Amino acid sequence: MSPEKMVHMANQIATFFKSQPGEDQAERVAGHLRDFWEPRMRDQLKAHVAAGGDGLDDLVIKAAQQV
Amino acid sequence: MKDFIIPDDRDMGTPAREGAPVTLTIDGFDVTVPEGTSVMRAAAEAGISVPKLCATDSVEAFGSCRLCVVEIEGRRGTPSSCTTPVAPGMVVHTGSSKVRKIRRGVMELYISDHPLDCLTCSANGDCELQDMAGAVGLRDVRYTAPEGAPLDNHFEARDTSGENHRYLPKDDSNPYFTYDPSKCIVCSRCVRACEEVQGTFALTIEGRGFDSRVSAGNIFDDFLSSDCVSCGACVQACPTATLQEKSVIELGTPERSVVTTCAYCGVGCSFKAEMQGDTLVRMVPWKQGKANRGHSCVKGRFAYGYAHHQDRILNPMIRDRITDPWREVSWDEALSFAATRLRALQEKHGQKSIGVITSSRCTNEETYLVQKLTRAVFMNNNTDTCARVCHSPTGYGLGQTFGTSAGTQDFDSVEKTDVVIVIGANPTDGHPVFASRLKKRLRAGAKLIVIDPRRIDLVKSAHVEAAHHLPLRPGTNVAVVTALAHVIVTEKLYDEEFIRTRCDWDEFQAYAEFVADPRHSPEATEELTRVPAADLREAARLFATGGNGAIYYGLGVTEHSQGSTTVMGIANLAMLTGNIGRPGVGVNPLRGQNNVQGSCDMGSFPHELPGYRHVKLPEVRKIFEDAWGVTIDPEPGLRIPNMLDAAVDGTFKGLYCQGEDILQSDPDTKHVAAGLAAMECVIVHDLFLNETANYAHVFLPGSTFLEKDGTFTNAERRINRVRKVMAPLNGYADWEITQMLANAMLKESGGANWTYTHPSQIMDEIAATTPSFAGVTYGMLDEKGSVQWPCNEDHPDGTPLMHVDEFMRGKGRFIVTEYVATDEKTGPRFPLLLTTGRVLSQYNVGAQTRRTANSVWHGEDVLEIHPHDAENRGLNEGDWVKLASRSGETALRAHVTERVAPGVVYTTFHHPDTQANVVTTDFSDWATNCPEYKVTAVQVSASNGPSEWQEDYAAQAEMARRILPAAE
Ligand code: SF4
Ligand code: SF4
Ligand code: SF4
Ligand code: FES
Repeated sequence: MSPEKMVHMANQIATFFKSQPGEDQAERVAGHLRDFWEPRMRDQLKAHVAAGGDGLDDLVIKAAQQV
Repeated sequence: MKDFIIPDDRDMGTPAREGAPVTLTIDGFDVTVPEGTSVMRAAAEAGISVPKLCATDSVEAFGSCRLCVVEIEGRRGTPSSCTTPVAPGMVVHTGSSKVRKIRRGVMELYISDHPLDCLTCSANGDCELQDMAGAVGLRDVRYTAPEGAPLDNHFEARDTSGENHRYLPKDDSNPYFTYDPSKCIVCSRCVRACEEVQGTFALTIEGRGFDSRVSAGNIFDDFLSSDCVSCGACVQACPTATLQEKSVIELGTPERSVVTTCAYCGVGCSFKAEMQGDTLVRMVPWKQGKANRGHSCVKGRFAYGYAHHQDRILNPMIRDRITDPWREVSWDEALSFAATRLRALQEKHGQKSIGVITSSRCTNEETYLVQKLTRAVFMNNNTDTCARVCHSPTGYGLGQTFGTSAGTQDFDSVEKTDVVIVIGANPTDGHPVFASRLKKRLRAGAKLIVIDPRRIDLVKSAHVEAAHHLPLRPGTNVAVVTALAHVIVTEKLYDEEFIRTRCDWDEFQAYAEFVADPRHSPEATEELTRVPAADLREAARLFATGGNGAIYYGLGVTEHSQGSTTVMGIANLAMLTGNIGRPGVGVNPLRGQNNVQGSCDMGSFPHELPGYRHVKLPEVRKIFEDAWGVTIDPEPGLRIPNMLDAAVDGTFKGLYCQGEDILQSDPDTKHVAAGLAAMECVIVHDLFLNETANYAHVFLPGSTFLEKDGTFTNAERRINRVRKVMAPLNGYADWEITQMLANAMLKESGGANWTYTHPSQIMDEIAATTPSFAGVTYGMLDEKGSVQWPCNEDHPDGTPLMHVDEFMRGKGRFIVTEYVATDEKTGPRFPLLLTTGRVLSQYNVGAQTRRTANSVWHGEDVLEIHPHDAENRGLNEGDWVKLASRSGETALRAHVTERVAPGVVYTTFHHPDTQANVVTTDFSDWATNCPEYKVTAVQVSASNGPSEWQEDYAAQAEMARRILPAAE
């Protein structure tokens, strides 16, 4: 998957959970990624974060630690 | 074939009533019926058929033929039994000599103006006029012509004085049925069926007395050019050969019938397949069918001819490269070719390098086997289905709020509703039989709110008008739904009692605070949504206070970047107003394909095992691991778009695609094509060489719904039986082919052990592993006709209404729905918004319906554009136009219409030569990756014909479809 597309998809998820009340947004983003993203996609995301996380929402970067 | 006795199918004469019991005596027998029942129906209940012509139980009685007269003690004269309601203690005589004489006289008059060509008439053996002549004992007709002049009549084309001006020739303009006025008895059953059952009002009776005739539209119209939508209700109601299926004219009357289920849309209509041997004579909607109650649309009723179309592929084919022509081979060779390739790909690229797409057109049993193939033979979770691109947000959204992914009601519920919201759906085209039932309720006084960018037919059609049409800008669903909630919350119109007892009160408070924020008010969002605030407020008030409120929605809700959020917003609205858990209310997703509900139920999604249980749950995996003797991968697999991305990346190499045409139906055609082209083994299992097959290495010919046993599950969770009426032309039912493929692969690894011999065994396995299906067997389906899941110990007869006392998840959950603008934005290069949809006569990618006469109604996809936008671009009706987005471009003809708002254009995706999806983009729903079909920024400009891309595509398709002559 192109990095732009992955960043876009991950940020969309973060945008939703950011709008939700509560304190556990990062955990909920991580939970969504664990439940719906196939390991290859999660690996790609983690690699992107490791390489600086260009373009990713802060919440995704935080969530990526728990994926 | 298992014996299945068709339950009582008699015509009871007039519709059933609900009411207090009334007891009366008919011909000496006591009979008790609900108040309001006609004497005719009461007699029928007692087993006595009163002769009749103008009455039939699909429409209200009319009382015009006077054949049904009876005598009632204490009443004067001979009232007609079809229009006389029962009364307590009434004493009725249906066979006195007085009424017999009257009936004979009536018949004599009818027959005097009817041709006596019964032996060669197409309705011979299936004509109520003939039956009634027999029943009343008509022996002669005393009317004779005066000397030198003929008897005035409607059936002789010429008489002694020349042309008979009363004679009208046969109208055979409709491809499926004819109208032969010379045989009409003007009973008006057809007119009433068109009004009451179908709700189209295409027919009228013109003229009076002896001059009266049935007429479709005005004087210049024939059936084809009139408003008629070819639903067949009038043909069904006609007692004579006047309105008659062309197939019956050609083949004669059927000798047996088998009850089965339509394989087109998610309404799931029940039909009697009427047969002569293994030839299908006609499909007749089945009165006992609980989804359709005896009604149908043009697709299920008439468009089955694709099953025998010459394009159908009947032999397996393989090729090494997609640039090679196809080679016909034996089943063994095709399957071992496929199995060897798939196993080799797994060796080389890993267990997760291959996957499947299950079909939402195939049966539950077939879908279950295909996902089992991935999980138990491929040993991964790479399974997905077309629901990805339509209702996956429904699964997520309703799962989060209510606890399960399904509509809450049955279709009968619409009869009890008072206010209906239709949002992002176009039922008169997409779900026609449901639309007819809805329109019937609307004509009886229920109110309608339509939320749709287009002025769909429901907004205003014969005798139906929406109280409110909120023509929102595509992509702003969440803002509109949240604004509705804002009005309900800030004006305190919500149902506090319901919310306190049924929902999580803390979550409600957080939600209420969120929606009450003035930035969600209709006034604040008007500029964005383009919905007039005052209208939106009125609509919200009406929904909250108008009685039973029901919401029906379709792909205009789900196919957006915020599809899942809108579904949650809809669930919020239903909970806010307490509209859950009883008849007449609820949240009702209108499912697209016939078995999309079933394919989701059966574990087609890469993260869920059958019954919507996540693969991460060890207790769920254990059930299937025990049943299948394998270890199940606990990680979610790839979804369709992810498979294509992984293919382009080189990590996904092989695909088994059953009954689905992703190249045509999925968005961003170029990306789909690139993904398919990057794979090394694409197996297409289908009836026809579809578009996806252009990129396939193995083609396995499929079977139609007429050729196999199984079940489909419709949009109301109803499990309906599909029954085999003829042997598969391709040799095998689809479930057998999947089993052969599984065994071919297992043989490679040492143990071919799939041994199903009948789909009922597959259902038994589903029931044993999936709690919501625990009580389902073929035996019980034969007995009950159909059942709505959950069906288990707690609900032995199934579940017509869900969440009655509590939600599946316990407390209903309100979820905050913040509007987020899609990134698909208009700008100077692409100033218009394209939204897509479908039409009545075609189905999905059109592979089936394009191969029937339905194409007379929709021969090509056209682009609807507002006159203002057309004028700006110098475009006229019928011009070729270029439609371009950042993804690609195509060309099609323009239809200039005010149905779309300025700034919005609309088209359908039924035809591969247009390929509207070359224009749609890869944006998708945040939660489920359901593509954003409904919003694409585009430009429209003049063009001289097909685009270069279309020409290249057509050339590639032609090359890819070559088949080598079979080697002897
Ligand atoms: S067309 Fe058939 S149903 Fe209609 S009025 Fe004539 S006989 Fe009756
Ligand atoms: S086919 Fe249906 S729409 Fe057409 S005239 Fe008959 S009842 Fe009306
Ligand atoms: S297409 Fe849908 S509405 Fe039409 S007959 Fe089939 S199931 Fe019924
Ligand atoms: S059947 Fe009763 S009047 Fe025609």
